[in-house]
Amino acid sequence: MATVDLKDVKKIYAGGVEAVKGVSIAIPDKALCVLVGPSGCGKSTLLRMIAGLESISAGAVSIDGKVVNAIGPTERDIAMVFQNYALYPHMKVYDNMAYGLRNRGTPKDEIDKRVRETAKTLELSALLDRRPRELSGGQRQRVAMGRAIVRNPKVFLFDEPLSNLDAKLRGQMRVEIKNLQRALGVTSVYVTHDQLEAMTLADQLVVMNAGLVEQIGDPLDIYEKPASTFVASFIGAPPMNLLALTRDGAGRMPAGSPEEMAAIGHGSAAGSTALASAAPMLTDGSLVPFAPQAAAILGFRPEDADVTHGAEAPDGALAIPAAVEAVEPVGAESFLYCAAAGTRIIVRVHGRATARPDDQLRVVVRAEKLHWFDEAGKRV
Amino acid sequence: MTESYPLRTFIAHAVLILGILIVAFPIYYTFVASTHSLQTILRPPLPLLPGDRFIENYSEALFGGVGRIGGVSVGTLLFNTTVMALGIAIGKICISILSAYAIVFFRFPLRMTFFWLIFVTLMLPVEVRILPTYKVMVDFGLIDTYAGLIVPIIASATATLLFRQFFLTIPGELVEAARVDGAGPFRFFKDILLPLSKTNIAALFVILFIYGWTQYLWPLLVTNRNDMNTIVIALRKMISFADADTEWHLVMVTCMLAIVPPILVVVLMQRWFVRGLVDTEK
Repeated sequence: MATVDLKDVKKIYAGGVEAVKGVSIAIPDKALCVLVGPSGCGKSTLLRMIAGLESISAGAVSIDGKVVNAIGPTERDIAMVFQNYALYPHMKVYDNMAYGLRNRGTPKDEIDKRVRETAKTLELSALLDRRPRELSGGQRQRVAMGRAIVRNPKVFLFDEPLSNLDAKLRGQMRVEIKNLQRALGVTSVYVTHDQLEAMTLADQLVVMNAGLVEQIGDPLDIYEKPASTFVASFIGAPPMNLLALTRDGAGRMPAGSPEEMAAIGHGSAAGSTALASAAPMLTDGSLVPFAPQAAAILGFRPEDADVTHGAEAPDGALAIPAAVEAVEPVGAESFLYCAAAGTRIIVRVHGRATARPDDQLRVVVRAEKLHWFDEAGKRV
Repeated sequence: MTESYPLRTFIAHAVLILGILIVAFPIYYTFVASTHSLQTILRPPLPLLPGDRFIENYSEALFGGVGRIGGVSVGTLLFNTTVMALGIAIGKICISILSAYAIVFFRFPLRMTFFWLIFVTLMLPVEVRILPTYKVMVDFGLIDTYAGLIVPIIASATATLLFRQFFLTIPGELVEAARVDGAGPFRFFKDILLPLSKTNIAALFVILFIYGWTQYLWPLLVTNRNDMNTIVIALRKMISFADADTEWHLVMVTCMLAIVPPILVVVLMQRWFVRGLVDTEK
């Protein structure tokens, strides 16, 4: 029913702090766009600017092709679900849901019809006469959703709506929100700091950092091709393993013998030394041919790595000597925390892990599973 | 206190009962005196049990009029005092809740200056500004009127501060939810803020009603006519230096009657009052 367009939107607070530094996003009709990022990255501010609760310092926000910069939240025809639900504590569930409609002068019987319909969809019919404090967290969450849905707005805005629920309920509500959003076909913007929530919900995923957009796209595309080391480490759990490569004096990636090759670490002298000694064990110097000239950081996902106790490594693979520090069995899979290349590498293996702490082994990653980033952290 | 200590319970109750007796005895004694004739009261010792003149004394005071204050009945005094106490309590609540609303929820130039100005008036009691206030009342011709009794003490910095503190605890998300729901400033105040402030308003009402009821200095200055006196002022006027000149039985009746309305207010509002002080419905 509506598209949402952000054009170079900025938010500069009175103190001069720039919370949002020029963000452009085009959200297609009926899409669920998830803004994800660490706290303080400006995602909530951006959402509040779309809602009209925060003024826009520069740029333009349009809903349905109409610039809404100067319009208040009421006239923007949006509905918002807040983190703490923000239910009116003195009103019954019914009145909480009806309040927005009443303020818009909707006829009484129409209000009644819509509230009861929405309550039915959300399984709230039995709770209409209760007050918010008599409800459980999940029920409150539902009422907050109901309050948004009942108005039938152009755009839904969600501000970390699941962060106050326990893990099990969160998973359940996540599915419900997704289904509901698809069924209603209302364009939605959803803010979260939980990458799992972001991945599972999004039609369009926006990864933000420090007031800027790092990457926009399909969640799986972003997962498979992170545009930067930030995205790589933020999306996916456990995060992508990142190893810094040092350059030689000529300013190039060391090539040739394994000894002079990739010193992997944090770029620090200590890390370099640690890796220099480990370097001979990298498979026959074949690391470098994988690496683009500009590459300075090497990354691979925990699930793309494997471990081997043997000396031989498959062709066309990177093998990094590592010492197991800890093993975390989670049931269907296990996580190995390894010390390697002066840093910590996490490897996800299926089922039970055979490795034990203090084992010496090698982490093997196939060449096509490697991600390369330049010094600034941009994908190469 | 899940375990029981009989001795401890006994002592605790004994102390409490003793305390109640000490507090209640003077009131009881006043009541006893109000049911005897003037002659009985003036001839010591005063009996410890109520006399037989309850109906006569009370109806004489309420409907007949008391000689020493120009024949004005205690009924009139009660009415005057009620008007004044209600006016002060309701007026103070209205004014302070509105000013607190403005200070907390609106951004306007000199907002903090206004807040501090209100705050500073806390330091200026009525007694300090009594002369200029009196002059203003005279110029407006408000001597011996209800307006003159109420208006000069209708603003309350304390109540404003109390409401401000309460409003500050209202989560910002609630305000924003109301904005998204299309509630303008007036609707937000009426539909959200007032219902949430109910308990605070009730608690303040009790405190302010009693404050208004017991006002002494200002009513003393601003009322000259006997039929405009409040009950506290009239009580003072009823007592003469000469014992025999004072209608003690009527003084006692007036005392008893003066206590009744504040007690009623406290008892009736107690449930709200306690809730207002103890918890906030959030």
